[in-house]
Amino acid sequence: MEYQNIFTQIQVRGPVEAGIPLPRGDDERIGRPIYNKLAGWVGYAQIGPIYLGFLGTASLIFGTIWFVIVGMNMLASVGWDPIQFIRQLFWLALEPPPAKYGLSIPPLNEGGWYIISSVFLLASVLLWWARVYIRARALGLGTHVFWAFGSAIFLFLSLGLFRPLLMGSWAEAVPYGIFPHLDWTAAFSIRYGNLYYNPFHCLSIAFLYGSVLLFAMHAATILAVTRYGGEREVEQITDRGTASERAALFWRWTMGFNATMESIHRWAWWFAVLTPITGGIGILLTGTVVDNWYLWGMKHGLVAPLPDLWPTVVDPAIGG
Amino acid sequence: MNQLWIPFAAAGAVFVGAAVIFGADWDTPPVDTVQIGYRGTGMVQVLDREDQVALKLANVAPEPAYEPDPAGSLARDVYQNVPVLGHLSEDQFNELMADITAWVSPVEGCNYCHNPDDLASDEVYTKVVSRRMLQMTQHINEDWQPHVAQTGVTCYTCHRGNPVPANVWSRDLGPGEKGRAVGWRGGQNIVNKMAANTSLPTDALENYLLDEQPIRVHSLTALPDGTNKNTVKETETSWALMMHMSESLGVGCVTCHNTRALNDWDQSPPQRVSAWHGIRMTRDLNVSYLTPMAPAFPANRKGPEGDVFKVSCATCHNGVQKPLYGVSMLQDYVNSLATKSDTGVPDFTTYKPGETKLLPSSANTTSLAPVSGAVEGEKALASAD
Repeated sequence: MEYQNIFTQIQVRGPVEAGIPLPRGDDERIGRPIYNKLAGWVGYAQIGPIYLGFLGTASLIFGTIWFVIVGMNMLASVGWDPIQFIRQLFWLALEPPPAKYGLSIPPLNEGGWYIISSVFLLASVLLWWARVYIRARALGLGTHVFWAFGSAIFLFLSLGLFRPLLMGSWAEAVPYGIFPHLDWTAAFSIRYGNLYYNPFHCLSIAFLYGSVLLFAMHAATILAVTRYGGEREVEQITDRGTASERAALFWRWTMGFNATMESIHRWAWWFAVLTPITGGIGILLTGTVVDNWYLWGMKHGLVAPLPDLWPTVVDPAIGG
Repeated sequence: MNQLWIPFAAAGAVFVGAAVIFGADWDTPPVDTVQIGYRGTGMVQVLDREDQVALKLANVAPEPAYEPDPAGSLARDVYQNVPVLGHLSEDQFNELMADITAWVSPVEGCNYCHNPDDLASDEVYTKVVSRRMLQMTQHINEDWQPHVAQTGVTCYTCHRGNPVPANVWSRDLGPGEKGRAVGWRGGQNIVNKMAANTSLPTDALENYLLDEQPIRVHSLTALPDGTNKNTVKETETSWALMMHMSESLGVGCVTCHNTRALNDWDQSPPQRVSAWHGIRMTRDLNVSYLTPMAPAFPANRKGPEGDVFKVSCATCHNGVQKPLYGVSMLQDYVNSLATKSDTGVPDFTTYKPGETKLLPSSANTTSLAPVSGAVEGEKALASAD
């Protein structure tokens, strides 16, 4: 039973791990490391030390500026009333400029703040992206996380930069707010005739749900062989033991085909990375190349035919 | 290690849990479902039983005070200043007055509209408003049958015992956004009570139920041909109206649409045609009847921006797909409310409350014609087949 818990049962405590020496020219790691029991239940119990360096610090500063611009605009949008700010927080947003301004710089209080904050957000994200690359290289790692993050940034830029440029208007960008960005998403689908008929949306969903499925399958398999040391994946790749063999055999018995300790992560990585890449392509095609995905689906045999239940219904605007 | 955080965390978890369970307006099971469309399309109306019980209690049509005698001398021969209802018998007239009091001002009584010393006088503003409302009711029942059919409406459909119907609207610019350097939210992104508490644009009712902005946003070609300039923002405004209609009638999108192709009339249930006429009827009432009465209304009968209260779908429907569950109160008032009588429009700008004893009306009324009321933008986007 001790292997079937939600939380990690055994927390090893020893001298804190300071990490390998940093290359010359890098800043020091900050903070005295501590152990935290709560963190140890879900992950590793040690917290810190933290390395930010130039890129991380700059990214956080820019990100904070974006956050504050959005927050202050939200607060101003309810007349600087802190109670309404809390009550309506999920409804509030910093809205992109109206379509009439196209790609020009709009007045400050009609989308100008949105453009300014977006520049800071873009800088923040790209700086953090660079940091991921440099930290991976500094540790002698591959750059897989960098490229995976890049795929997410591609979707982010498709929505907020590339598509507005292609459409010729900053109004096409997504508002910064909890419900407003969800409203935007649903209205985007409505305006362009139902995104479910966008094949790249289909692909993105397939990869998203596929990622979830693969994640669950992999996690379940590894947890199931934890009693044989199966969670020590790296050792299992180079030095196969009973855990890996059993896991592979189980997959072959139950599904007829099995991943290897290495390939399962390759599958998962590609599924995850292809989710935002295909999604971003779907976004870039919408409004630029296709204007009504339902009609596009009709044209290409994607739409299931339905019997006409209401033959008497005609558009009253035509009837006159 | 200090374990004090445990009681605090537990208290926080209990508080958040209680807020989620009791704070949100859940529709708890059981719910009933009614299939509307073809199987597999998800066109199913979901009705919460508790809500339905409450709605049934709140939407009962009252009986007339008594059955009046249609014979006898006419009201116009007995009373002065009764242009709209003068053709009724005296008994019918008095019965209707009693009913209107019960429907509109049960607490305030006759004097809500009348000077008790001179019942014929127009000096109380509510009296000239009532007369125009009677004309409006007749206009709805005669000219807007594409929407109200033979069921029709009476004063009670909207008023429900309130001098001002519970579900009216006026322009609401909300907090902030009045010439500041920061905080512009593009007419949306705030709790929108007229659109089911979403963050959708707050000017939707004004755009569509007062102004004639085109509601349709879809393209009728698969590929862009450059003619459809609607963006996500216009779509959100259109959607806000749809949310308003949905909430007002207690129905979902699928009552009027197959949501796989929201704009396609060929896949739409017939309720969509009724709704189409309803939008135009509401616009007609706001433009032709309610807005022109602005000079007669005192400030406390206007919204925060100084415009009069206007009608929306919720004003009549009150959360039910067919107002009063389709019970036709009009059948008891065919003589008085079913057909137009005097259609003269008074000049409300000359009205002085407390002074004007008689507000004369011009001969003709102007009103948007029903059925053919399609606006240009919609013709352009009308489906081709």
